[in-house]
Amino acid sequence: MGPGKEGPSPVRVFLLSRGNSAIADRAFRWLMTLCAFSIFGIVGLIAWRLMVSSQMTWSQFGLGFFYKSFVDPVNHQPMYWDPVNGYFSAVPFIYGTLVSSFLSLLIAVPLGVGLAIFLTEMCPRALRGPLAFLTELLAAIPSIVYGLWAMYALVPLLREYVNPLLTSLLGWTGLFNNDNPTGLGFLAGGVILSIMILPIISSLTREVMTAVPHSQREAVLALGATRWEMIRMGVLRNARIGIVGAIILGLGRALGETMAVTMVIGNTPEIHKSLLANGTSMAAVIANEFSEAVSDLHRSALIEIGLALFLVTIVVNACAQLLVWVVTRGAPAQAR
Amino acid sequence: MAGNENLRTRWRAWTDAGVTVLAILATLIVVTPLAAIFGYLIYKGASSLNLAFFMQIPRPEGESGGGMANAIVGSGVLLLVASLIGVPIGIGGGVFLAEFGRGTKLANAVRFTADVLNGVPSIVMGLAIYSLIVSTHSGLIPFSGHFSAFSGGVALGIMMIPTVCRTTEEMLLMVPHAVREAALGLGLPNWRSVLSITVKTASPGIITGCMLAFARVAGETAPLIFTAFGNAFMNTSLNQPIEALPLQIWVFAISPYDDQHRLAWAGALVLIALIVLAVSLVRYVTSRGVLKGAS
Amino acid sequence: MGVGIEVSNLNAWYGSNHTLQDINLNIPANHATALIGPSGCGKSTFVRCLNRMHETNPIARVTGMVRIGDRDIYADAKPVEIRRRVGMVFQRPNPFPTMSIYDNVAAGLKLNGFSNRRALDEIVEHSLRNSALWDEVKDDLKKKSGASLSGGQQQRLCIARALAVDPEVLLMDEPASALDPVSTSKIEDLIFQLKSQYTIVIVTHNMQQAARVAEKTGFFLNGRLVEFDSTHKIFTNPADKRTEDYITGRFG
Repeated sequence: MGPGKEGPSPVRVFLLSRGNSAIADRAFRWLMTLCAFSIFGIVGLIAWRLMVSSQMTWSQFGLGFFYKSFVDPVNHQPMYWDPVNGYFSAVPFIYGTLVSSFLSLLIAVPLGVGLAIFLTEMCPRALRGPLAFLTELLAAIPSIVYGLWAMYALVPLLREYVNPLLTSLLGWTGLFNNDNPTGLGFLAGGVILSIMILPIISSLTREVMTAVPHSQREAVLALGATRWEMIRMGVLRNARIGIVGAIILGLGRALGETMAVTMVIGNTPEIHKSLLANGTSMAAVIANEFSEAVSDLHRSALIEIGLALFLVTIVVNACAQLLVWVVTRGAPAQAR
Repeated sequence: MAGNENLRTRWRAWTDAGVTVLAILATLIVVTPLAAIFGYLIYKGASSLNLAFFMQIPRPEGESGGGMANAIVGSGVLLLVASLIGVPIGIGGGVFLAEFGRGTKLANAVRFTADVLNGVPSIVMGLAIYSLIVSTHSGLIPFSGHFSAFSGGVALGIMMIPTVCRTTEEMLLMVPHAVREAALGLGLPNWRSVLSITVKTASPGIITGCMLAFARVAGETAPLIFTAFGNAFMNTSLNQPIEALPLQIWVFAISPYDDQHRLAWAGALVLIALIVLAVSLVRYVTSRGVLKGAS
Repeated sequence: MGVGIEVSNLNAWYGSNHTLQDINLNIPANHATALIGPSGCGKSTFVRCLNRMHETNPIARVTGMVRIGDRDIYADAKPVEIRRRVGMVFQRPNPFPTMSIYDNVAAGLKLNGFSNRRALDEIVEHSLRNSALWDEVKDDLKKKSGASLSGGQQQRLCIARALAVDPEVLLMDEPASALDPVSTSKIEDLIFQLKSQYTIVIVTHNMQQAARVAEKTGFFLNGRLVEFDSTHKIFTNPADKRTEDYITGRFG
């Protein structure tokens, strides 16, 4: 019965018959390594395809694509984007992306950091879980749903109440000229973007704030500091690099955000000083025009905008990642 | 001197109270849009949600009624293709990071690239797949040369890889060393011990990661606009353009017809219900201890 | 049946740390052999060299010869094959947390491709009886997970798991150090019964335990084997002054 008492048992004979599976082990290791390397492959593939497909624009406009403008032959005004007549310049899209992204940071950073401070340092324990869950939920809502809400709830609100108020209070700065009856525009784009990047900023800020050792807080408190002084000197000062990382990561997300912005920014390739005017962004123009592009050159120009977006977000994300790693893991090059 | 000191103390107390109020205010401002979005979504969406929504395809523009059955089926097909690509490659990469590459420079580079890839805008992913599959006629790439469900699935699948990879790694690292030793001590081949012992022990956490990635790509619109493209009719073929729930919501949201707006709201409600369900499930599983029973 | 172990000129390193130096000894078949010594003396490293577990750490290195039965384990075979013939029980109980009791015991066979279900049932029962756990778990073999048992039961489960693959040698690395006295005495009883069928090597920091269960005892100090002899001789009349100091408690 079972493992025998005399001679090699059936079990032992069976196990001896199994090979050492060295080949299977090596194959498995290679397969897993291949999976990991595919991530490099994907990044390379994206870069290569975008470069190949934007070749036409590159050879025709060169670097000027990103900063030059044209002059309208009829009214002699500056002109940037006229696919039908073959004028392509990325300037208004870059402008729109930058304006809406920085506007969103302006709103989201104080709120996100404030929320993180509240959650880590002030919030009663019972509220912490539900609040963290709510912000998690905010991060999980798809862009398209934000866009839908912004189109039908946020934009009317801006149009009826906020924009007139801003014009009457701050109209003299020239940033809030309410000559746009739609309620769409840079401000609407910036506001919806800020709601979308809030969870990223606040959850990462929370992460780096929790990473600050408790002894740092106690050391400051022992000097008779108030809670705010403890947060400022004991926590924020130690976590500031990570918080900057979190903000840059939020910026990275804002730069590439597509659907929600497309639905509220107005989709007009023009440059206006007023934040209430219609504009567009790099991602928005691709989403709007690509499937109905009028020519190969038009398509190639849109892909070149995509390539620029790709490169910028890669650089921005890499910087943010490095900063966050420095704080949470000591040094980026070290394994955990 | 004494008065000055007193003033300073008062000032410090006031700042402290002020900051507390500001932080609470910030929290309220953050929670408000969430409540507003959900409230509005349920208010607008629930009234348009009926059996027809799930059973019928859209009616011609201007006609009332109809549903999004084609978009729901299409999203299912796209997500299936995406999961078949994203889940195995992501888990494989995670296994490499946790089991073979631990502490090496190479693993750090992979980890870093995965995090960076995670931040690449989804619209760019759509462009790259368009250029790779949709606009090329190549015998090497299946279903190439035109808009197809396959190309949309590939775009979504690639977007799943970084999330799946990083959570798999994190979950595998939580498996105690003793469990790996036990497996090795039994004379199990390495591949067997990794798959049947380590990965299996971490499987609740790994499934969680897959579901998060799944929920994220389920709501993606931008990478599908010029890959899956959309299709007003029911389709399950990988070779044909296919509709997707988020894509259909977009088209309907910007259309001028009220009936289509209503369908868009109902679609958004269904989408968000699926995602909230996934996120809550994930939270429930993680709060019960990802590795319940592991010492 | 168990087989003897012959070790000659065994050296082992962790990084630049020379943890075992020129170990030579012969471990007899079908007996229990105890290895004692202060912590960090190399006794755990030594047993981990006997089933090539030592080299699972990437910075570890081994030279010398270990012959188990008729095989030189560092020359004739791959680690996987050795570990199937040389079972190991670790310091802390480490059942597979997601598996049932049954699957824990069957793991070594099932995951090596053994598929005869009836034979598997028999082997699981036999192994659990052998490790004196059968009566406590027979009712919920497939219902309860290995992790739901008490510490002492978990360790006996790990012994059953090691026995199920019918090894020739059973290595035990301080198997009772994480257990309470009652569980410890159960493990010791078990070793007493098992040593007629298997060659058992047990590492322990508890000298009474060594005296109770083992016929032979080796004393390790600073990576060297100071003395190896019958347990009786070691504990009553050691040849080396350092051994005497250690067993009489005059040692650090």
